[in-house]
Amino acid sequence: MELINREKVVKRIETRLLKNTLSKWMFLLAASFGLIVLGVLLYRIFTQGIGYLDSGFFTNFASRRPEEAGIKAAIFGTIWLMIITGPVSIILGVGCAIYLELYARKNKLTRFIQMNISNLAGVPSIVFGLLGLTVFVRMMEMGRSVLAGGLTMSLLILPIIVVAAQEALRSVPKELQEASYGMGATKWQTIVRVILPAAIPGILTGGILALSRAVGETAPLIMIGALTFVAFVPESIWSGFTVMPIQIFNWTSRPQAAFHDVAAAGIIVLLFMLILMNSIAIIIRNKFSKRY
Amino acid sequence: MEASSKRGSISRLIEENKRKSKYKQGMVEKSVPVFLFIMAIISIFTTIGIVITLMVETVTFFNRVPILEFITSMEWFPFFEADPQYGIAPLISGTLLVAVIAMLVAVPIGLATAIYLSEYASDRVRRIVKPILEVLAGIPTIVYGFFALTFVTPMLQKIVPDLQFFNALSPGIVVGIMIIPMIASLSEDAMGAVPRSMREGALALGSTKLEVSLKVVVPAALSGIIASFVLGISRAIGETMIVTIAGGSSPNLTFNPAETIQTMTAYIVQVSLGDASYGSTIYYSIYAVGMTLFVFTLLMNIIAQLISKRFREEY
Repeated sequence: MELINREKVVKRIETRLLKNTLSKWMFLLAASFGLIVLGVLLYRIFTQGIGYLDSGFFTNFASRRPEEAGIKAAIFGTIWLMIITGPVSIILGVGCAIYLELYARKNKLTRFIQMNISNLAGVPSIVFGLLGLTVFVRMMEMGRSVLAGGLTMSLLILPIIVVAAQEALRSVPKELQEASYGMGATKWQTIVRVILPAAIPGILTGGILALSRAVGETAPLIMIGALTFVAFVPESIWSGFTVMPIQIFNWTSRPQAAFHDVAAAGIIVLLFMLILMNSIAIIIRNKFSKRY
Repeated sequence: MEASSKRGSISRLIEENKRKSKYKQGMVEKSVPVFLFIMAIISIFTTIGIVITLMVETVTFFNRVPILEFITSMEWFPFFEADPQYGIAPLISGTLLVAVIAMLVAVPIGLATAIYLSEYASDRVRRIVKPILEVLAGIPTIVYGFFALTFVTPMLQKIVPDLQFFNALSPGIVVGIMIIPMIASLSEDAMGAVPRSMREGALALGSTKLEVSLKVVVPAALSGIIASFVLGISRAIGETMIVTIAGGSSPNLTFNPAETIQTMTAYIVQVSLGDASYGSTIYYSIYAVGMTLFVFTLLMNIIAQLISKRFREEY
């Protein structure tokens, strides 16, 4: 008497194996979906925008005629914004991270700060715009200036920098710290001369990546009241300004198709800037990682 | 005689210097933690600032528009001079419509990508796919918005003939594409935390790889996976530029994805682009809408944290 029906077993195994193979290809397809979308997106934008990408595009200001429209004001606005956002957010973020990692006791307040930071990272950027509009533009009377925009952006990317800096600080080997104490250094001396230098590549990488997020962000600056039609370069931190994403938004929302091509050209410039920043971050990461 | 007194004064000088520098160092050691603490609580001040600004201006808004109208009225026409209507429902329906479409795109593709990366992919494939996902995650939303308006909408119009130029479908799909990397990487992290021995046990019992993935790994990592979905919804609700560009600006209480809609975020942008004067009811309305948005996303984030904390299985 045969207890196992071989035919049935073989049949079942065949369907199971077939399912296995099919689903493997489906999973692969899903995983390559991102690649496909990225390819289409870049191809579309490059073919649309490359025609408008000449030297005039970098030296002209905004214009009502697509052929004369340029991105100069926006490029300078973005650079001004980074000059404010970069130092402010990195100093605040690293300070916060040092406190949390090296000074704070494991008590309720510390846990609360930590939880608060991860919650802030989930707040929509436009809400930060509302905060900036009320506090910086109205209450502190900074007006619709680069300064107000830069500070708003600093608050927006602060959680990202804190988390990155915390990770960088945590990855510094404990032996270094203990050796420093052993030589008689105080806590602050140890932090400034031993821990920070060892953690700086990680901090910089995280900082640059966070800054590149700020460069691509649009909504909060629209709230702050960054201008959409600017024919000047900011002269001080009190100047009005525009940034690349807002300029692109302005071109995209015009009905004429020609302006869409100008927007595509603007996107190429923006993406190029982001790629540049990310490459710098990757170079720093690769050059300085695994020193121990 | 003279030499020894000189030596004495020098050693006194050294002593004094030592004491001074020690004092200075003590000052530094004591004051630095205070400064750092101040920096650390700036994040808390930010949260408090957000809550207070939203609260204060929202209360001003509710002094002019009854809160009951805000919740129960089914129309949102703030720009009607004669009889403005402030019912949040159409904005919420627009927001949810986009979020649902986005999740329909992002959940299957994101989860499948995560399963592929965690269970099937060789190291070489992973090294190609993961950076691509990171690049996708790093593309500014304004670029996605442009893509939705100039590529996805015209393409969809060929498939769905009665699709309006501004609609919920196109931004919904693109928002979904935007959150795929997030769901994929968070879910993959959760699956990576499932111990090898569980997989090997199932394989040893004769399961296929698919059965191991779906019946062992995914259930074991479920809390992390669901948390990633909830975070994805939160991102979709808070997303601004894609829906502003491609979704349109007519608040519409509909669940038809082919129609023009307006989301909460798009309304806030619309008002701040126009010249709603400071102090007008319209100006305050963006805070009420912002408050609603903030509450929605905060709830989602808290739920996600609770899920991943409460239901995490320890191995």
